[in-house]
Amino acid sequence: MHNIVKLVAQRMALGLLVLFIVSLIIAAGVDALPGDLCQEMQGQSATAETLEACRKEIGLDKALPLRYADWLGGILKGDFGVSLANGRQISELIGSRLGNTFFLAGLAAIISVPLALALGILAALYRNGIYDRGVNVVTLSSISFPEFFIAYILILWLSVNWGWFPSLSNVGGDTPLAERAYKSLLPALTLTLVVVAHMMRMTRASIINLLASPYIEMASLKGMTKSRIILKHALPNAWAPIVNVVVLNLAYLIVGVVVVEVVFVYPGLGELMVDSVRKRDIPVVQACASIFAATYIILNMTADILSIVTNPRLLHPK
Amino acid sequence: MSDQDNITAQTADAVAPPPPRKRGVRDALRALAKAPLSAKFGLVVIVFYVFVAVFAPVLTPFGESEIVAAEYELWGTEVEHTDAEGRTQTVTLMFGTDNLGRDMLTRLLYGARNTIGIAFVTTCIAFLLGGVGGILAATVGGWTDQILSRIVDILMAIPALIFALLLLTIFGTSVLSLVLVIAVLDSTRVFRLARAVSLNVVVMDFVEAARLRGEGLSWITLREILPNIMPPLVAEFGLRFCFVFLTIASLSFLGLGLQPPTADWGSMVRDNATLITYGDITPLLPAGAIALLTVGVNFVVDWFLHKTSGLRDEQ
Repeated sequence: MHNIVKLVAQRMALGLLVLFIVSLIIAAGVDALPGDLCQEMQGQSATAETLEACRKEIGLDKALPLRYADWLGGILKGDFGVSLANGRQISELIGSRLGNTFFLAGLAAIISVPLALALGILAALYRNGIYDRGVNVVTLSSISFPEFFIAYILILWLSVNWGWFPSLSNVGGDTPLAERAYKSLLPALTLTLVVVAHMMRMTRASIINLLASPYIEMASLKGMTKSRIILKHALPNAWAPIVNVVVLNLAYLIVGVVVVEVVFVYPGLGELMVDSVRKRDIPVVQACASIFAATYIILNMTADILSIVTNPRLLHPK
Repeated sequence: MSDQDNITAQTADAVAPPPPRKRGVRDALRALAKAPLSAKFGLVVIVFYVFVAVFAPVLTPFGESEIVAAEYELWGTEVEHTDAEGRTQTVTLMFGTDNLGRDMLTRLLYGARNTIGIAFVTTCIAFLLGGVGGILAATVGGWTDQILSRIVDILMAIPALIFALLLLTIFGTSVLSLVLVIAVLDSTRVFRLARAVSLNVVVMDFVEAARLRGEGLSWITLREILPNIMPPLVAEFGLRFCFVFLTIASLSFLGLGLQPPTADWGSMVRDNATLITYGDITPLLPAGAIALLTVGVNFVVDWFLHKTSGLRDEQ
């Protein structure tokens, strides 16, 4: 057990180090601006005095390391600073949107993970058959589709032609859960189609890999049923790679929401970020980028740790 | 993008057998004839797109952003058009007009030019940066390798689209900054692959022999290592191109890529998106054009990987 604790601790330390360096990059990005935030904010109407006052107010007169410490301290307390566009607190802007984004990604995960696992196991069982080949072509294609293409096809069919779902996902803070899930179903389906292909391909590959090993052949020579072989013998050893793929795709979901949110005008973090990039509202973009990057890094780290923990070879001391 | 890692890992395996010698055109054609249907389909698609991109001005009577009729005209509307020499003729607008009354078909043809051209240039820059870095890291080793690899690790820890959004906010949205930002972010993947496959070649005897005869760094990288890592790099070029193409299309769709009035498939989807709520499939045309090209390239790369990695299933 000692070994595994050490490995996990190493991964966590590495993840924290990466988080720290990424936060440095995001914070330093603003300094690469031609001019500075205050000039950006006041534009043509800037005078030397107002610039001076503004710099003092947001702390631009301090040295870079001090400013970084302030910024990081603020983020840890949930204070991201003030938006350039409308002067509101960024934490206020982000607040409910962050929850919406996680809700959407979570909904997509609930649909896509079981679906991908089932499809992957079926493809592995009936490999090289018609089903497998069909699935292969469909997944290879859907990996190469842009997200907005899938989104608009779904809108055309499910919402315009058949009228099953609304094409805009205007959920608010007080929307009840059932209605919220109904309105978010179309964006969630789009995300599902984007990630299912990759997840099921990996599941299929890892199961096929296992089915080729001698102990599975032994089991089938003993006369076991196919389902028993898969569920009792193959699956326990396949968990590690499958869990890894699932978590990696969750990380992808968190980032993939950006385009989908814009298509469906879903009030999430991605839409806010794109909006702020258009307005060049740097503090908001900075805040969104740090949240996305942190989630992504933490999920990747979790995938690493889970693949260590679920590896049966590491669980037994030598 | 985790699937990119997976594909990169697949391409890295392709270096294992010695690369096939250069063969004549006839052998290439024979290999082509034996290619699976999906690969042939992909090749036809690619050739068609390149043709359209090159000959766009010849294929349409209108200019790139010329307004020819009212907004959102239906498919098959006929208009009178006077060309530069003063001749007037009736032209049928096959796909109608867009949100500003420009001919949709013309925009699609010019869009092929701009969107594919920019994605191609970006991929080339990414390969130049990543390839040179990767081969150098593998050949020189030591501190160069350590520093380059750690920088790449950090860049890859941030999701590419988010990083691109952050950088575009800082540098502003122009074609130049778009190309450079995407190229730098994408060169990290090329670096990883180039370094991994070069490492396998660097330890071989003929490289050692070249070193002992006193050849310089440029000879060793260009004449000894590069020819031996070409197949996986070519396959990776196809995959990278798809990825860059999709990223640029997504950014344009978000309104942060190519700026109007340049015809570009991503922004064309966005500009005409309202039509979809009336059941009109016009906005799906540019989106479908993007999807078809990436599918085609993917099919060809799939086949190429299969051939060069020594997995022959036709026997």
